[in-house]
Amino acid sequence: MHASLIDTIRPGGMTRRQFIKSVIAVGAVSSSGFLFSGPADAGPSTSPGTVERLITLNVNGQRRRVDVLPQETLAQTLRNKLGLTGLKVGCDRGECGSCTVLVDTVPQYACSLLTHSVRGKAILTVEGLARADGKLHPLQQGVLDEQGFQCGYCAPGFLMATLGFLATNPNPTRQELAHGVSGNLCRCQDYDKILTALMRGAENMRKE
Amino acid sequence: MAIIRDGMPPFDLFRPTSVGDALALAGRLGADAWILAGGFDSLERFKDRIKRPKAVIDLGAIDELRGVRREGSDLVIGAMTTLTEVSRHPDIRERFGLLSEAAAAVASPQIRNQGTLGGNIAQDTRCWYYRSGWTCYRAGGGTCFAGESPQGQNREHAIFGAEGCVAVNPSDTAPALVALEARLLIKNPKGGREIAAEDFFVGPDQDITRLNILAPGEMLTAIRLPATWSGATFYFEKVSDRPVWDFPLVNIAAAMRLTGDRIDQSHLVLGAVAARPWRLLEVEAAVAGRDRNDVAEAASRLAPKGAVVLPQNGYKAVLAANLIKRALLGNRDA
Ligand SMILES: Cc1cc2nc3c(=O)[nH]c(=O)nc-3n(C[C@H](O)[C@H](O)[C@H](O)COP(=O)(O)OP(=O)(O)OC[C@H]3O[C@@H](n4cnc5c(N)ncnc54)[C@H](O)[C@@H]3O)c2cc1C
Ligand code: SF4
Repeated sequence: MHASLIDTIRPGGMTRRQFIKSVIAVGAVSSSGFLFSGPADAGPSTSPGTVERLITLNVNGQRRRVDVLPQETLAQTLRNKLGLTGLKVGCDRGECGSCTVLVDTVPQYACSLLTHSVRGKAILTVEGLARADGKLHPLQQGVLDEQGFQCGYCAPGFLMATLGFLATNPNPTRQELAHGVSGNLCRCQDYDKILTALMRGAENMRKE
Repeated sequence: MAIIRDGMPPFDLFRPTSVGDALALAGRLGADAWILAGGFDSLERFKDRIKRPKAVIDLGAIDELRGVRREGSDLVIGAMTTLTEVSRHPDIRERFGLLSEAAAAVASPQIRNQGTLGGNIAQDTRCWYYRSGWTCYRAGGGTCFAGESPQGQNREHAIFGAEGCVAVNPSDTAPALVALEARLLIKNPKGGREIAAEDFFVGPDQDITRLNILAPGEMLTAIRLPATWSGATFYFEKVSDRPVWDFPLVNIAAAMRLTGDRIDQSHLVLGAVAARPWRLLEVEAAVAGRDRNDVAEAASRLAPKGAVVLPQNGYKAVLAANLIKRALLGNRDA
């Protein structure tokens, strides 16, 4: 939008910055028509709680500046905008677990979270596990050593779910870990091997 | 019927940080606004274009809606408290273990980490015709595809209280809250009220288009557990196809006050058998004052009384009978 145009249509009493923020917030093109027609009252855009589109996310310990639509899911932002394609979108409905990431250490389905809702929280994806020098995370090493997965599509989700679970129970029985990762599906039906590998990873983590 | 598309259609998003701001927004946006909690009942329908709200009010940034606090001898649970927190909270576990168990039985760990207690009881039905956008009675149309069509797929549908619509309330926590005589705090832009959990849920005889009394712009802010059933004898069991993810085919939440084996008082509530949690009042009356070992068989025969089964869901009446027996005896192997 051209600056002078913004000045002429600026609703009364708003600073230019506030106005830009509100246009961004309403997102849909059709909604800005509503702003044009509104006189002094700019409608919902001036409401408390309006979201800005250009936000900063904390992903894998880095601050990432990103333009996020109101209706965007965290899976879309991470994969399509930040290039973090480790997480997979299997069902996009919270029914498979392949998009699991950690939000403040808690495993969540990135397909079913609005990106705006994780502002100010620490996101960890599978890309954030290995050290900068390339050394694998002990959980990853366990999976590699046991050749835990067959096709591997569900692996990033399983790793993140396991990591989140181990934060609450670092020394689980096999049964407890199975329950901990029960929100993750493997279409290869490789659960037995996966559990063996994750148990080995958990053991590696306790040794470190 | 999950068709994966590029994303959700656009909506305006608001993330107020206080209940007051949320109510003001809800008041102004009226029926255009959708209240968002954990999103597990909402985003899926936005993705499928079944619901297309113009605005979404996300309650996730309102701290006062989260957490569990004591108020005198009551426990008050914020509507946005996650199901994981509800299932683990020491006070809830110690005094109202029925609710902890019910919350732990919901869906999967990740869904419990994000899904909220308020959202779990305010969720809509999972009838797939309705969820797929078919214009049935519940959606304002003129038929019920599940119950009235000869090809209707109704294995998961209601056996009690159906009128026109045979959909069920799929919540695992709702029957537990009814059994515990929970009180629900509801706020709207004009004020607030507190109602019994039992009166929150709505059958098709009352309103065929919704499962609870929340009007547009109304918010559930908290769930109050009065001391009435604190530390009682509880039984919760959920029968589902898989132990994870799947909604209950039938669940039972029972709260009993016992003297030895004599049942002084009980609340026996079935879930997923009707559009609202289904209290078995006749059974409660029949077992009062009786030794549970003596009365369990008779109660079991009485439980399905009044059930009207559909071609594919007769098994639910059998499950109801068996679950009542197990609940009264407190024995999963009974
Ligand atoms: C794959 C899958 C499996 C599931 N399995 C189960 C299961 O086995 N058992 C079970 O009980 N549930 C199950 N669920 C349902 C899930 O637990 C609920 O959808 C979830 O708890 C809804 O809560 P939410 O916080 O995600 O709510 P949302 O989806 O955000 O909200 C649900 C509804 O309630 C309204 N709402 C929410 N909070 C408030 C409030 N405070 N005031 C007013 N209105 C409000 C919303 O407007 C919306 O209409 C499953 C869901 C999925 C996706
Ligand atoms: S059971 Fe209810 S929701 Fe399902 S098709 Fe029939 S009227 Fe619609």
